Amino acid sequence: MVDNWDTILAYAAQHVRLTVLAVVIGSVIALPMALVARRSRWLAGPVLGLSTLVYTIPSLAMFAFVAPFTGLSETTVLIGLVLYSLVVLVRNFLAGLQSVPADVVEAARGMGYGAGRLLLRVELPLALPSFIAGIRIATVSTVALVTVGVIVGQGGLGQLITGGFNANFYRAPIVTGAVGCVLLALLADALIALAGRWVTPWTRTVRA
Amino acid sequence: MNVFGDAVRFLNDPFNWTRPGSGILDLLVQHLQISGAAVALALLVALPLGIWLGHTGRGGAFTVALSNIGRAVPTLAILTIFAVTPIGFGPQATTLALALFAIPPVLTNTYVGFRQVDRDVVEAAGAMGMTGRQVTFRAELPLAMPLLMTGVRTAAVQVVATATLAALVAGGGLGRIINLGFGQQNYGQVVAGAIVVAALAVLTELVFVALSWLLTPGQRTLPRVRRRPAVA
Repeated sequence: MVDNWDTILAYAAQHVRLTVLAVVIGSVIALPMALVARRSRWLAGPVLGLSTLVYTIPSLAMFAFVAPFTGLSETTVLIGLVLYSLVVLVRNFLAGLQSVPADVVEAARGMGYGAGRLLLRVELPLALPSFIAGIRIATVSTVALVTVGVIVGQGGLGQLITGGFNANFYRAPIVTGAVGCVLLALLADALIALAGRWVTPWTRTVRA
Repeated sequence: MNVFGDAVRFLNDPFNWTRPGSGILDLLVQHLQISGAAVALALLVALPLGIWLGHTGRGGAFTVALSNIGRAVPTLAILTIFAVTPIGFGPQATTLALALFAIPPVLTNTYVGFRQVDRDVVEAAGAMGMTGRQVTFRAELPLAMPLLMTGVRTAAVQVVATATLAALVAGGGLGRIINLGFGQQNYGQVVAGAIVVAALAVLTELVFVALSWLLTPGQRTLPRVRRRPAVA
């Protein structure tokens, strides 16, 4: 029993590590991409089109494309996960930035805000709810996608699923892995939603 | 990169395509059979339900919750879910799992499509003496068609993509090529499999874009193709 918990926790830790890294790296890349896509309309098309194409590629194929370069490592899984999270994140980041009311931006400019301060103090806070919505979706789908990492032996809780499968359809680890993934996704979603409420206090007061 | 050369060489070998049982063609047929059955099954459940819920306006919270939960459940878990039931493993289990996975997008999009039909149109249709059934199928359905087909397309692409994962749990389909490639440390074959699988997914997307264009009544303009103004 204790041994099983060690195994489960080790896989869960890998699952969490891969998810957090993928979403964080994805966000860091997505923000400049969204900013660039917002600046020029002829860049927005290709950026969004490319991200749709990436999303169409099945995850197994994605890991298979990356694996020859990075081998059977966590990096392989991570690169695939970052690419998928980018699709969701760039779209939501862009939608968030575009949802900032034009008159608010005008007013801030009129008050003497420069481009940098305008972005940090006005646009980013107003776009934050949309950013958080994107991060929630990206996180939940990343938790689910990590399991496909079993193809290179780095699938977090997915290892339990295929492990049980290969051990003559042993059901206990299969169910543990599957239920663990769902719980992890729900927990991550709730945590980010809470954090989102905490960093955007103004959205709370509007409702009340 | 050497691996891509290997991949092209793999794809250029006719034997890799025609080998009975595990050739690309046989696996492709198997892949399409499983995917087609799964999508058909999902449509059979989700379309009537979505149309009914959308027409009556009931169950909005239910469909939203369903699609949210659907996103959180890992596909690999769905594929193995039937392991714990008497159904066990096999093509039927894979098909059922994929169908289950395809229901939320169809259901949600159908429901939203019906809900966003202009209420005035529905009322006008009723005032013209259309029965509830006629309003549903002759007024609401055509107007909901674009969103409904978006749901079907999303589901189809998802199913075709996810069917590759069946190989991880000893199912068939094109994922086998990738899985075998990894097993033999043959990265050329891995990349070749990835190319075939990705091409099939993109092709599915395009086919369903065309299909939804054909099924949508009214002006048949492709998205992005702008008609020349009448006054030249």
